[in-house]
Amino acid sequence: MNSQAVSKPESTDVLKKIFTGSALVSVLSVFLALVVGGLLIAATDKDVASTAGYFFARPTDFLSAFWSAATNSYVALFQGAVFAPGVSGPLGPFGPFMETLTIATPLITSGLGVALAFRAGLFNIGAQGQIIVSGTLAAYLGFAWHLPIVLHLLLVVVAGILGGAAWGGLVGYLKARTGAHEVILTIMFNYVALFALRWLLTTPAFLRPGESNPITPRLDDSALYPLIAGGQYRLHLGFIVAIGATVLVWWLLNRSTLGFEFRAIGANPKAALTAGVNVSRATILVMAIAGGLAGLSGVAQVAGTEKVLTDGVAASYGFDAITVALLGRSTPWGTFFAGLLFGAFRAGAVQMQIQTGTPIDIVLVVQSLIVLFIAAPPLVKAVFGMNRKKKAAASTVAGGAA
Amino acid sequence: MKLELRGITKTFGTFTANDHIDVVVEPGQIHCLLGENGAGKSTLMNVLYGLYEPTAGEILVDGKSVSFRGPGDAMAAGIGMVHQHFMLVPVFTVAENVALGAETTKAGGFLDLEATKARIREISERYGFNVDPDALVEDLPVGVQQRVEIIKALVREAKVLILDEPTAVLTPQETDELLDIMRQLKASGTSILFISHKLREVKAVSDTITVIRRGKVVGSADPSASTTELAALMVGRPVNLSLGKAPAQPGDTTFRIRGLTVLASNGQRVVDGLDLEIAEGEILAVAGVQGNGQTELTEAILGLHEHVSGSITLDGKELVGRSVKEVLRAGVGFVPEDRTEDGLVGSFSVAENLILDLYDQGPYARGLAMSPEKVARNAESRIQEFDIRTPSGATPAGALSGGNQQKVVMARELSRPLRLFVASQPTRGVDVGSIEFLHRRIVEERDKGVPVLIVSTELDEVVELADRIAVLYKGRVVGVVPQDTPRDVLGLMMAGVPAEEAATEQTTAEHTAAAATQSTDEGDAGEQPGSVQA
Repeated sequence: MNSQAVSKPESTDVLKKIFTGSALVSVLSVFLALVVGGLLIAATDKDVASTAGYFFARPTDFLSAFWSAATNSYVALFQGAVFAPGVSGPLGPFGPFMETLTIATPLITSGLGVALAFRAGLFNIGAQGQIIVSGTLAAYLGFAWHLPIVLHLLLVVVAGILGGAAWGGLVGYLKARTGAHEVILTIMFNYVALFALRWLLTTPAFLRPGESNPITPRLDDSALYPLIAGGQYRLHLGFIVAIGATVLVWWLLNRSTLGFEFRAIGANPKAALTAGVNVSRATILVMAIAGGLAGLSGVAQVAGTEKVLTDGVAASYGFDAITVALLGRSTPWGTFFAGLLFGAFRAGAVQMQIQTGTPIDIVLVVQSLIVLFIAAPPLVKAVFGMNRKKKAAASTVAGGAA
Repeated sequence: MKLELRGITKTFGTFTANDHIDVVVEPGQIHCLLGENGAGKSTLMNVLYGLYEPTAGEILVDGKSVSFRGPGDAMAAGIGMVHQHFMLVPVFTVAENVALGAETTKAGGFLDLEATKARIREISERYGFNVDPDALVEDLPVGVQQRVEIIKALVREAKVLILDEPTAVLTPQETDELLDIMRQLKASGTSILFISHKLREVKAVSDTITVIRRGKVVGSADPSASTTELAALMVGRPVNLSLGKAPAQPGDTTFRIRGLTVLASNGQRVVDGLDLEIAEGEILAVAGVQGNGQTELTEAILGLHEHVSGSITLDGKELVGRSVKEVLRAGVGFVPEDRTEDGLVGSFSVAENLILDLYDQGPYARGLAMSPEKVARNAESRIQEFDIRTPSGATPAGALSGGNQQKVVMARELSRPLRLFVASQPTRGVDVGSIEFLHRRIVEERDKGVPVLIVSTELDEVVELADRIAVLYKGRVVGVVPQDTPRDVLGLMMAGVPAEEAATEQTTAEHTAAAATQSTDEGDAGEQPGSVQA
């Protein structure tokens, strides 16, 4: 009923807007977050503090200290993430970029999982648990089984995907059958996965013979992703898999009947139901596929980057994936590039701390600011003086979408 | 209070929504703004209510120029507005809703709801609103919620009341009650700006009519003008309001409903042992006041309800217990009652909406892969065939006007060979020009030999389309009567009086009041110039 429109919960609409807003807002948010982050870096810098003491006597000292503090940190961040000119050594100038790609790999695949679920109207914050389950399965098959070369890796990858898919699909099943909310379910499933893993890491089957450290044996070489940029870098085949996953998700969303169903139940579940879409089936499927994508992150961790399983297998990738999907506007390629950006932040932060003493935490601040700005598009638009009058004319367009 | 809009222009980018509009509302008058959906009526009202700033032009209250920065200013100037979609808090009581934003307080800033309640009772009594200040808004029928909105405006001492499409959500009875209320308000000196595209209501209640088309005033009319004249002025070309369809040529009866019972989630029998049958090439229209089981009946046919017993057969095949997809595959075309909720995905393109229930079939899909080219090509031909006014097939469906959205739904459902066509409220919120078109398409489908089931709460539409009429009351069929049954008899039946009784009661007694649904000036879609109004 039209008159009941007021009583509709607005929270999902707001979420939808935040997750699917314009790309321009994303870019400006990143820019703005970097500017504010720069101000923070400068404000906490020693030189800046000391020059501020005689600010009125020689303001130029203060301003130049301020400027150099911020820029030096960012230059270091850039050098640590993308390109370090003049670096010889075994890694060469492109070492940082390879490291960025390596770190970006799990961010991209689990980000895709969050984005895909979101397009179907599901807020999947269970990537963390899905990574853990898949990582556990993949790692176990990797170190406990000994199989021929290609076959072993294939089995590890498939097991990882299936593990994540089962963990995600179970959430979809519970939601479809009982109506339980996926946010609550995924949060709880994260805990279940984490503590189950911690327990497994006390059992002999998962530990190195004769040791009690919570760390598994190294995976067999036959179970590892081959390195793709030469032996000196950590970059592995998982990155190519992530590109493949991005293409696949793009195809799934934009060119397949399944994706049509996902998008339909995400945009208007009642209309989808009336059009004959089996909403329960689509919910289970989309959560399973999302879980499978996050599962690829688990595989990339154990069979690519870490080569062992610990309870830190997922690090914070599952949660960062939400931010990545958010920044990428829940589109496959947007998520891909957002994953790269966050990978660069992480890779560069270390170099930044070493070179300039700027704490790594500042990168977390920048990441958080990005989320903040994306969540508040009017703020970003106000800062950049973007005209909002045209929006009023287009508001009828948005109205129909609800 | 005299309200004057002078040369109001409002542009959004390059789009001119209002182009030098002049309107004068004299004190104690009902002034109607007549125009199709998208003509710019709502924009004008938002300018008047301070929600938009006009690009040019001025608003005068009692001859003095005023400018409104927001609804607060407009209210302070004595302008009250009842929006098409009500602005009420569902979990608040009537008194709390009325008080919200204009709270009366006792010393110390404590809320004085009693004072508000007293005001509500006073207004309610004066105009016969029959509103309980302590009722929760969410428990009230739509018609009463609307009265709460009117009370809100009156409590704030509105001298001019703007009613934006007030009858769009009302049943025929509620509409008549609203028209009565408007007359009373007018008698007590309140001016009313009445925005509508429904000719019958406009004629029944207005003192002056200003017609708007594409953002411009195209003329003013007297309420005595005929509906055809008004429609032509509104649409910009002659409109044939009567369908003039050929008599039905019913074939075999292929669609049968036997003992259908649908239970609501609270266990109530919303459809109760219903029997109906429709022959090929025949339109059966279901009439009834909203909420008498029509929605559940159509949803049960499509397989959207869980608690359904009885039998629905199409071509001898049982439909009860099948999934929606299976029912659609059996050849059922379905136009839902609420197109934006159930019929369309607003953020999807027109092209995607045109295949919303065909997306996984050839030629649009092969296995999992869809073919965007086929989808786009289909959109092109449907857009042309159904005259859907859209910039392109890639435009989001939510951006189209109500009439064009409905054309999208209708085009989709009629684009495959059907064995049964079910349409609920096929022209609700649709402009006059599109109504004509949609009605013709429905009749065409009948003439192809398809059984057609129409559900409508608009008696005009029922009478216009039907070959036979089934009247529904409390989930049961009161009677199935021929199309030429007098409206007053239908009105009585809609109140639950059996057909024969209604017919005799009608002829013997002056019981017209009971048939509150229709006033008599309608006739055959009103061809008589200078017809009466109250």
